[in-house]
Amino acid sequence: MSLLEIDSVTLKFGGLTAVNNLSMNVEEGQVFALVGPNGAGKSTVFNLISRFYTPVNGSIVFDGQDVLKMAPHEVPNLGIARTFQNIELFHQATVLQNLLVGRHRHRKTNMISQMLHLPSVRAEEREHRHAVEEVIDLLDLQPYRNSRIAGLPYGVRKVVELGRALASKPRLLLLDEPASGLSVEETQNMRWWIDDIRRHMKITVLMVEHDMGLVSKVCDRVLALADGAKLAEGTPSQVQSHPKVIEAYLGTNAVSKGGKVA
Amino acid sequence: MKFHFKTDYDQDIRLFPDWWNFSLYAALLVLALSLPLLIDPFFLGEATNVLIWAIAGLGLMLLTGQTGQVSLGHSAFMALGCYSCVLMMEANVPFLVAFLLAGVITGVVGALIAVPALKLHGVYLAIATLALAILADDIIVLLKTWTGGVNGKMSPPIDLFGYEINRWNNPIEWYYLTLAVVLMVTLFYRNLLRAPLGRAFAAVRDSEISAQAMGVNIAQTKTIAFGISCAITGLGGALMGLFAGAFNNETFNFLLSIQLLMMIVVGGLGFIHGAFLGAAVIAFLPQVLSITTDMMGRGVAIPGLESGVFGVILILFILFEPMGLYGRWLKIRTFLELFPFARKDMFKRQKSYLKTERLR
Repeated sequence: MSLLEIDSVTLKFGGLTAVNNLSMNVEEGQVFALVGPNGAGKSTVFNLISRFYTPVNGSIVFDGQDVLKMAPHEVPNLGIARTFQNIELFHQATVLQNLLVGRHRHRKTNMISQMLHLPSVRAEEREHRHAVEEVIDLLDLQPYRNSRIAGLPYGVRKVVELGRALASKPRLLLLDEPASGLSVEETQNMRWWIDDIRRHMKITVLMVEHDMGLVSKVCDRVLALADGAKLAEGTPSQVQSHPKVIEAYLGTNAVSKGGKVA
Repeated sequence: MKFHFKTDYDQDIRLFPDWWNFSLYAALLVLALSLPLLIDPFFLGEATNVLIWAIAGLGLMLLTGQTGQVSLGHSAFMALGCYSCVLMMEANVPFLVAFLLAGVITGVVGALIAVPALKLHGVYLAIATLALAILADDIIVLLKTWTGGVNGKMSPPIDLFGYEINRWNNPIEWYYLTLAVVLMVTLFYRNLLRAPLGRAFAAVRDSEISAQAMGVNIAQTKTIAFGISCAITGLGGALMGLFAGAFNNETFNFLLSIQLLMMIVVGGLGFIHGAFLGAAVIAFLPQVLSITTDMMGRGVAIPGLESGVFGVILILFILFEPMGLYGRWLKIRTFLELFPFARKDMFKRQKSYLKTERLR
């Protein structure tokens, strides 16, 4: 059984079919990439898994549990964490506070005990902090612990968002364009981190990414989308040289010339 | 410049980061405790008034500053806290029980009212809650049998463990009573901020969408925020009514909510200190104004002067110092700490042009 099973999911916004009869399986331990031109519906697939959208038909099953039966705030409890394309951090809070919100699903104390700051709350806070420090060590965020997000550069914010998702100790990590807007060096770091996340933290990664260099280096499996429908699925090189993918990116002429999507 | 060398997670969890900070607040507490020895009963009454405003302000601060939900209906909750406390006291419930129970009742009602208001954002929520404040005024008049309608009610004497506390006979005890409530509320507030719930509040304020993606239940968190906020404001309202000696529907009309909101904006949204600074401004401004008009040689009060000056102050703060008095202090402190390395734009808010499309 796959970790995440998406079966013939369709989503319509009025007359527009954003996702058209899409089926895909993400296996445990994989790094899986969704690629495709702008407006292909890649982020929409993420929003379907996060339950921000409800599909017209089809099913989404995570580890044997029906995701579509859950409210959006219950999805992270399954062990699904995500980042956003345009960075949705809590910008008035510090990096540390942002990462600690990532621990929200692991909280055990109630409102009254938190108000009185009982010893159980203190113990739990130490635990959360310890988990967060591990993420800070992995992502080299030490210098920024107490900086507010509002004053941080874009590249650092991107890493903080990855850290917040990791702090929740997920089983499946959804990364929406992890390398967009990053410099060459930062993209290189991102690649190593994704490798570490898969190898050492044993987290399955599903990502949307335009940088085919990054995709071919870190991903086991790639699915190409266009206009909400699946074009091709396979290893990165299979997908890159698939005629339909080349057509979607570069037009029909490129296919006869034996082009390849870079 | 101070540098904290941290060796323990508890250093970040504690209320005070270091001994210097602890001593500052300890000194402030000693000053607060010895205030009755330092100033005469009239000014002690004014100080009590500041503290009462601060309690009500802390309530609204939790909702508006921490959770980002603007409410213009908090005068209704102050009224509810006051009337329920006084009615219970008249039914011979001991003061302490009646007072705390009034907070609980106001909190529960506030949470219930929050449920239909959950779908509303920003200015729409403000308008809906403003309607609540106006409605409360009428409801007080309609429920004449219990509330005394426009004639109002006299506050019953406070009997604390067989010891009578009266504003005119023993203002010192009144002051200590208020101070105790302030300390309790502030401690609870601080504790919430360093716990998962407080972070969930901030998460809801800054980005509902990613709060949800982190497992924060938006509806529940907002309801809790409304509940706690209204409970605190209810306590403030109860003290305000009891301190005033007599109160009616006019005491708690909707202008009170606007004053409350203005107070936390001027003090500094999102800071506990802001509630206290704002309370000082609100409580002392009328005195300052009357002293100035006296000095200008005019015997009669100018009608509407107070609200006019309040309005001008609010506009000036929103234009020139959106972070309020406490924000201004933070800037000055940072400037001095980093001198001469502070940069002009350190506190400038960065505009973000890319936003995840608001779903639904």
